[in-house]
Amino acid sequence: MDVSDLIATDILKYLEVHQNKGLLRFITCGSVDDGKSTLIGRLLYDSKMIFEDQLAALESDSKKVGTQGGEIDFALLVDGLAAEREQGITIDVAHRFFSTEKRKFIVADTPGHEQYTRNMVTGASTADLAVILMDARKGVLVQTRRHSFLVSLIGIKNVVLAINKMDLVGYSQETFDKIVADYAAFAKQIGFENVLAIPISGLKGDNITEASTSTPWYKGPTLMHHLETVELADDVRTAPFRMWVQWVNRPDLDFRGFSGQVVSGVIRPGDRIRALPSSRESRVTRIVTKDGDLDEAVAGQSVTITLKDEIDISRGDLMASADALPGVADQFSATLVWMSDTPLLPGRPYWLKIGARVITASVTEIKHKVNVNTLEHLAAKTLELNEIGNINISVEQPVPFDPYTENKNTGGFILIDRMTNATVAAGMLQFALRRADNIHWQAVDVDKVVRSALKGQKACVLWFTGLSGSGKSTIANLVEKQLYALGRHTYMLDGDNVRHGLNRDLGFSDTDRVENIRRVAEVSKLMVDAGLITLVSFISPFRAERRLARDLLQEGEFLEVFIDTPLEEAEKRDPKGLYKKARAGEIKNFTGISSPYERPENPEVRVDTTAMSAEHAAAFILRKLEERGMLMGYRVPEDTTPTA
Amino acid sequence: MAGLTNLQRLEAESIHIMREVIAECDNPVMLYSIGKDSAVMLHLAAKAFYPSKPPFPLLHVDTTWKFKAMYEMRERMAKELGFELLVHKNPEALAQNINPFDHGSALHTDMWKTEGLKQALDKYQFDAAFGGARRDEEKSRAKERIFSFRSAQHRWDPKQQRPELWHLYNAKKHKGESIRVFPISNWTELDIWQYIYLEKIPIVPLYYSAVRPVVERGGTLIMVDDDRMPLLPGEKPMMKSVRFRTLGCYPLTGAVESTAATLPDIIQEMLLTKSSERQGRVIDHDQAASMEKKKQEGYF
Repeated sequence: MDVSDLIATDILKYLEVHQNKGLLRFITCGSVDDGKSTLIGRLLYDSKMIFEDQLAALESDSKKVGTQGGEIDFALLVDGLAAEREQGITIDVAHRFFSTEKRKFIVADTPGHEQYTRNMVTGASTADLAVILMDARKGVLVQTRRHSFLVSLIGIKNVVLAINKMDLVGYSQETFDKIVADYAAFAKQIGFENVLAIPISGLKGDNITEASTSTPWYKGPTLMHHLETVELADDVRTAPFRMWVQWVNRPDLDFRGFSGQVVSGVIRPGDRIRALPSSRESRVTRIVTKDGDLDEAVAGQSVTITLKDEIDISRGDLMASADALPGVADQFSATLVWMSDTPLLPGRPYWLKIGARVITASVTEIKHKVNVNTLEHLAAKTLELNEIGNINISVEQPVPFDPYTENKNTGGFILIDRMTNATVAAGMLQFALRRADNIHWQAVDVDKVVRSALKGQKACVLWFTGLSGSGKSTIANLVEKQLYALGRHTYMLDGDNVRHGLNRDLGFSDTDRVENIRRVAEVSKLMVDAGLITLVSFISPFRAERRLARDLLQEGEFLEVFIDTPLEEAEKRDPKGLYKKARAGEIKNFTGISSPYERPENPEVRVDTTAMSAEHAAAFILRKLEERGMLMGYRVPEDTTPTA
Repeated sequence: MAGLTNLQRLEAESIHIMREVIAECDNPVMLYSIGKDSAVMLHLAAKAFYPSKPPFPLLHVDTTWKFKAMYEMRERMAKELGFELLVHKNPEALAQNINPFDHGSALHTDMWKTEGLKQALDKYQFDAAFGGARRDEEKSRAKERIFSFRSAQHRWDPKQQRPELWHLYNAKKHKGESIRVFPISNWTELDIWQYIYLEKIPIVPLYYSAVRPVVERGGTLIMVDDDRMPLLPGEKPMMKSVRFRTLGCYPLTGAVESTAATLPDIIQEMLLTKSSERQGRVIDHDQAASMEKKKQEGYF
């Protein structure tokens, strides 16, 4: 008896069957022209997921706007997104649901041509299987290769090649065989092992749920049968135990558990685990759930684990089997898919989220980018929206990881912009560049505090930022002269000077500007370590880089001095004649004209040069230093200079 | 995860999502609508943090027009599961006695629910709110993310929504901004019922058939839940065996004639009945694409 008959005859039996159903998540790859919407609509329709009210709407819509001459247009079931696209609403992935007697299905449908890479990678990231759709009349196209490459990149092992519109090629076996042969060579190149090719017609329903009488030469399963029965690789369960600690569960003093989702492997009470990156070891005592303690927890389950020993574990730590440890590193080789309109800037700090851990990271090198259509490797200085690159990335603290190909949940990460909070990239870790645990910082006895004290001052950075011609260097020079007169030890890093030496290899592109500031920030950190009051005078137009400099130093050591001169005023002064040249188009990427200046939001000191002379400004800054105790007891005299 | 059943996978995913929010947000709240989806969400929250109590309060944005049986269930569930319960009623709507009979469903919903929700979120400064919406409810929800970002003015800005990769949710936000989180996004109506059945989750008795007083208005059966309901001249409540597929404000919620008195009966009826769930909601009939518009305005 058909299980669906049980609904009417024996609902309890039906519920029992349904209760044990599995779940398959899959993605359909293809463009509208390949008949993707029609196929998904057909799957929903054939699995009886369409209610009568929806069907009535579908029938009337098919007559009104359908493309099938009044016949049911299945595409209309899923094309509710067209109107939204016109309104400029970004849709990355739409999720559809249907179920049969054997499984429930979640389909990730990714519309859009321009955003295809970003959308497909997003949809594929949670999929167990991919259906790559193509038009039998057209064969293997550039886009087929692109979709296949992305599927392989994201590591989906179950691949169906659905050769659609067979009705339009007279159900020709020859056509089908030729496409399969063409595709085989390419599939091998990108590492697909098992690809099932099925001749279908989404429109006519051939080989969707019923074996088609028009393709007697095809002996394989129908698409639905394959989706219902394909064995999902068990590699997450056979992989070593891993669980990111999401939350430390402490209802009272007697209970301390670690809540998380087992992302791979199996764990049982008594098993030895290690917490990383701290590397402390203990044994599992209980696996706690509200439904009672478990004898074992397997990949996919959300549980709370208690340990024998009181070891220090917090959110973001990885619990791993002590017998099969993940790597721990702070420099990686990785693949990055860029998903933001704002391009990647190497050197700029981003948030990196891996598992439940969020840390600062920056891309140190772009080795190459990949042309998704030809798989060619190209040199690159940045990655733009939808570009894929092979990069080196460095994180501020060592993190535990497995290569993405071994474990998606301990090798996949996202990058988040620290200013906008947008998710800007998806990444896949490949391997550690060197063992971070081999590097130890030498703790020296003669340190910053001692060196500063010897000089009778507190070391700090005065970071002067502002437009070209705002008066940064003039004011910074005056401040340094006064500090010198007070017997203080200083050093000045000036934009122009540093660019003639240390940074002579850098230009003025956004990427180079970031690197320029990064180097200066690192140098000023060393200067502070040497105990100096360091004056940095750089346009430094981007908040993110000023923040990078700030983050390198300790609280209170970084004083942002905003020389606030309106653009019109700076342009009027134009001491070096640069604005004139920039306006004439002779200088590219000129801050304020053709490149943005991001005003500081909360500078420690703001100097309005339209209300203050350079001398007043210098005295004003000195008083701010004194107020903060940076001059250690020295009192700056009242400003007696007559106001300008 | 090959070995887990569909429901086990869904349960684990929802728990994972809730724990991420608790760990990454400062002041989360769970919106409680008292319906079956809310019941499942509450049940999952109790599991997610056990043996701790769920570390956030429940918020019911009350319209004063819910079914009596819903208010009873609300008090009972908050108590049994150990939640702090916050109830917010828009004081302006209260002062003006806004109701669906005199003001129509659109204004009623806007004042009590949309405005009421914004007021409550502002009042308590919540930065994350769990909601029980599901992607299978209607076509336009299929594209919803699990973490949905709102500006400081509670607006949903399509351009600010973030791609969701793997199970990595980005909960970073600026001060004043907030997130609506939908932990049961991937559940279908059948999953919800199946889970309620399996886990013996208490639901409002209105979901079960009983003989109730109803009147028929514009083809919809409306239950006369209290004496605030103005009867039209000559209109007399009829006693019919009815139940509800969704619950909301009683004057805006259509009943269906049914004899399904147990959970398996309900599920059987649902599977055999060929009309989609939202049909019983009067609010959706008001205008096409109405959910989309309501979302931009701040309604769920």
